[in-house]
Amino acid sequence: MTTETSEESKELPTSVDLAAEYEASGVAEVLRELDEELIGLEPVKQRIRETAALLLVDRARKSMGLSHETPTLHMSFSGNPGTGKTTVALKMAGLLHRLGYVRKGHLVSVTRDDLVGQYIGHTAPKTKEVLKKAMGGVLFIDEAYYLYKPDNERDYGQEAIEILLQVMENNRDDLVVIMAGYADKMDKFFSANPGFRSRIAHHIEFPDYSDEELLRIAEQMLDGQNYHLDEAARAAMKEYISLRRQQPHFANARSIRNALDRARLRQANRLFTSARGPLDAEQLSAIGEEDIRASRVFQGGLDVDRPMHTGEQK
Amino acid sequence: MRITQGCFSFLPDLDDVQITAQIEYCLGREWAIGIEYTDDPHPRNTYWDMWGHPMFDLHDAKGVMMELDDCRKAHGDKYIRINAFDSTRGFETVMMSFIVNRPAEEPKIHMQRTDFVDRAQKYAWDVRK
Repeated sequence: MTTETSEESKELPTSVDLAAEYEASGVAEVLRELDEELIGLEPVKQRIRETAALLLVDRARKSMGLSHETPTLHMSFSGNPGTGKTTVALKMAGLLHRLGYVRKGHLVSVTRDDLVGQYIGHTAPKTKEVLKKAMGGVLFIDEAYYLYKPDNERDYGQEAIEILLQVMENNRDDLVVIMAGYADKMDKFFSANPGFRSRIAHHIEFPDYSDEELLRIAEQMLDGQNYHLDEAARAAMKEYISLRRQQPHFANARSIRNALDRARLRQANRLFTSARGPLDAEQLSAIGEEDIRASRVFQGGLDVDRPMHTGEQK
Repeated sequence: MRITQGCFSFLPDLDDVQITAQIEYCLGREWAIGIEYTDDPHPRNTYWDMWGHPMFDLHDAKGVMMELDDCRKAHGDKYIRINAFDSTRGFETVMMSFIVNRPAEEPKIHMQRTDFVDRAQKYAWDVRK
């Protein structure tokens, strides 16, 4: 909390200008960034706006002495791979920091490996280490359902879950836990661990991107690296996206990023073998149709299956 | 006898809010925090027992306070101090050290004077409960 609000609470103001609070807190800036940098994800943005509004009102209520408790802010993000869960978690950390609900606003991103140990007595110190690091910020547990393995009752994941639950309850002022994972597996995880469900107030679902949105994402990614698609390449990319979607291991934006990485590789190779004489900036930054059409996706197979270029695949 | 060692040793004992503020200062300068405890507060005893590993990657004092609480639970009747270590090349040393816990009844430091050759005096100190 800033000193301003603590002064306010002493006098207990009778009215609060929400719009002014909104501007002063810097929340507007985070939401604007969210709108500009993230393509699509309308329901997610809507939920975040609602959450921000709730927290803002809650803070105003606090300053007028109407509420004293910290609201439960633990969240779960569910959605398919590559739908921007980590990116949104990062924004969320910034948002909560601006609103004064976490002190430092850093994001600690972990998976099962960082929390669960390999032998008895190894898990608790490991989990505590991570929690200590996350204090004052946001702990992001990716693929959280791996913590719980019902088929193995000796699994140490249960120990990590117990420590997490305890900290989520007792240290609500100190950190916010965000659990992320695929929707169906998360549902199973929550039904097996009712403690989590009741401690998590906000469940946010991430929808898949549409083809149109993925194309815009591709262009934004390339733009960030000072590349661009020419007209024919744009059409090829569009076709690529709809074909890629039907093939296995489709991971939304992440598949697009990998495809673009490979396209850049082919472009570099093409320039290297075919170029006669000096190249200008335009030639160096244009991704051509042939760079994208060379992908295996167009022949009905996955790039992953190609034996020669395993190094390209992330 | 009240043991005075490290920073703030002539002030009244710091409470948890003040300790938190000091740790925030240390973390702000990117110093690593270590917690150590001992039942032998003799000034020559520089090697106290470590409580866990030094914490190099914290962002917030709460992480240290959690460890300190655990340490107090286990060693509440001993001396506990917090060390802040600066890993910057050229320093690589403890920059700040202060006591955060002391036993309810502190031991005495007893002086022993001994006669030696040619009426010389030898002095020694030891900690006595």
